Amino acid sequence: MSRDTGDRETGMIPQGRQPDSRPPQDDAWLARPSTIRLLWWVFAAVLALSVAAEGVFKVKGYFGLDEWLGFGAVYGFLACLAMVLVAKALGWVLKRKADYYAERRDD
Amino acid sequence: MIDFLPPALILPPALIILFGALLIGPARGAWRTAVVLLTPLLTLAAVWQVPDGVVFTVNFLEYPIEPIEGSAVRRLFATIFALMAFAGGLYAYRQARWYELAAAYAYAAGAIGVSFAGDLISLFLFWELMALFSTVVVWCGGTPGARAAGIRYAIMHLLGGVILKVGIEGVMVHTGSIDVQPMLANNFDTWMILIGILINAAAPPLSAWLSDAYPESSPTGSVFLSAFTTKTAVLALILLFPGEPVLVGIGLFMVMYGILYALLENDIRRILAFSIVNQVGFMVCAIGIGTQMAINGASAHAFAHIIYKALLFMSAGAVVYRTGFNKCSEVGGLFRTMPLTAVCGIVGALAISGFPLTSGFTTKTMISQAAADESLVMVYFLLAAASAGVFLHAGIKFPWFVFFQRDSGLRPKDAPWNMAAAMVFFSVLCILFGVAPELLYRYLPYPVDYQAYTASKVVFYLQLLLFSGLAFFLLLPLMRRTETISLDTDWLWRVALFRGAAAVQALLQRAGALLGRGTESALARAARRARGWFGGTPEDDGVPHGVFARAWPIGTTARWIAVLLTAYVFFYYLA
Repeated sequence: MSRDTGDRETGMIPQGRQPDSRPPQDDAWLARPSTIRLLWWVFAAVLALSVAAEGVFKVKGYFGLDEWLGFGAVYGFLACLAMVLVAKALGWVLKRKADYYAERRDD
Repeated sequence: MIDFLPPALILPPALIILFGALLIGPARGAWRTAVVLLTPLLTLAAVWQVPDGVVFTVNFLEYPIEPIEGSAVRRLFATIFALMAFAGGLYAYRQARWYELAAAYAYAAGAIGVSFAGDLISLFLFWELMALFSTVVVWCGGTPGARAAGIRYAIMHLLGGVILKVGIEGVMVHTGSIDVQPMLANNFDTWMILIGILINAAAPPLSAWLSDAYPESSPTGSVFLSAFTTKTAVLALILLFPGEPVLVGIGLFMVMYGILYALLENDIRRILAFSIVNQVGFMVCAIGIGTQMAINGASAHAFAHIIYKALLFMSAGAVVYRTGFNKCSEVGGLFRTMPLTAVCGIVGALAISGFPLTSGFTTKTMISQAAADESLVMVYFLLAAASAGVFLHAGIKFPWFVFFQRDSGLRPKDAPWNMAAAMVFFSVLCILFGVAPELLYRYLPYPVDYQAYTASKVVFYLQLLLFSGLAFFLLLPLMRRTETISLDTDWLWRVALFRGAAAVQALLQRAGALLGRGTESALARAARRARGWFGGTPEDDGVPHGVFARAWPIGTTARWIAVLLTAYVFFYYLA
């Protein structure tokens, strides 16, 4: 069985090199500000379409509440907002430095 | 539909792959490649020869052992385990060390063995086989961190095994039956079995082992680890505890736990590990609901989940393998030079989020449907919120931070061809079961009467997911990556236990010192007294001086005898 060591050496980052040590080269189409602006417009259009689609395809809810226009959109957004905020609050209590347990091993 | 072989010709699928695992070491070169790639396919063929019902019985210590019992759900799980071993083998065979592959295949053999175990003793044996060899896979990470995490992982799984064994013994003694059959957690024995299984399902409060150990394994090892342990636990719950009400609450907790911890996490593979807990939560909740729709949903979702979760771990593994970095804060912008890995990662991310046209949509919505059918309002809305949360924590967060966000300046090569092939294979399956769900539905345990693609469902889930996406990008400033970890219940035994032990030790030391001083002075006092009573012989006159050594007047003796006699007479009459 041939091991992929040759490939690996060329693919690996040389030891000691830190990310960001090379100036960013935003040559890629996806990374250009103009593309990002365009993507935001497309995204906004898709969002609007997903709500507008309810005009044609009625959402058949199970509990009444979920038949309101744009319920999925509002619910999805608010659920995410709540989760991010709760996670943030939990973070204040639970977050520790990455070497927290390593430090503990030493003392 | 399927022609089964006569029982005498059926090879136990678990033994085939276990034999393959044994051959990986001695085989060399192309032979080893052949063993790695063909064994899972042979196993798959054997899985599909297992008919419904018990295939054969062996008596052991008066207990009927049924190592192979077939049913639709058992074949479904064994199928995906064998497929997973194949794709994992393909992904890993040129990069992983031989002993990691051998351990992973033995681990898969344990999972397939559990799938077909008709009695609790066989189930337990294969359960422990998994615990043993999954620990070896974690150790193959090769770093001090992997070694330590592997030990913690092994302790947790051996503990879970002991609890499971206590429950099995109890059921054997009290009911006389060792059949794998539905039960409810209504006495000590069945609770022990349930707890033993839930530990493997990474249910609270013992879920930290998963996010602790999986990211410490090698880039190839984590692909195998993501598939077997938690999903065999899901199968065991389907077989033993369908409709157990406590599972609904446990499942919902797991769903939310996975999301919140994944949102806080910086390690790429640890994000995915937390999202395993989240996804298994969906299945556990469905098993708790327990209707035919719910059990179908749990089985289908487990099948689809193994594929897209392994795909996500493959994509993350390729990044770790090529860059040597594990953290979101270290990578970024990799889509430039790893386009295939990025695309496959995005397919997996869309599937886990349950986007229409992916396998996540056609399976996860069955669970929501089951909740709606039973009018479980809270469960339905919490699962919907969780579906939005999955997109947030895994669906966008993983590809965004790894392949996009800022340019890290890293320009690694794309995944090696075998890794790429495995990723493409699983990407195709994610889309195939999303586009043609009936391919999967026909193998589910109960007849399926479910339409995933109604306009109503598609519009609802598109809104839910797309606006979660909007929330992600608007809230990005709140989700900046930090070089941190988040404490979990394992803090109790990794830190608090040691602090407690140190405190007790200090207390005992002080008590010991105090006791030592007390004993010393008490002994000295006693010695002084003893000298006073028994008295030595001073050198000067040779006459004893202790109290007992003196001459006593006869009157004193007579008085004492009178007292003793009176006491004797008194007590004699009292009695």
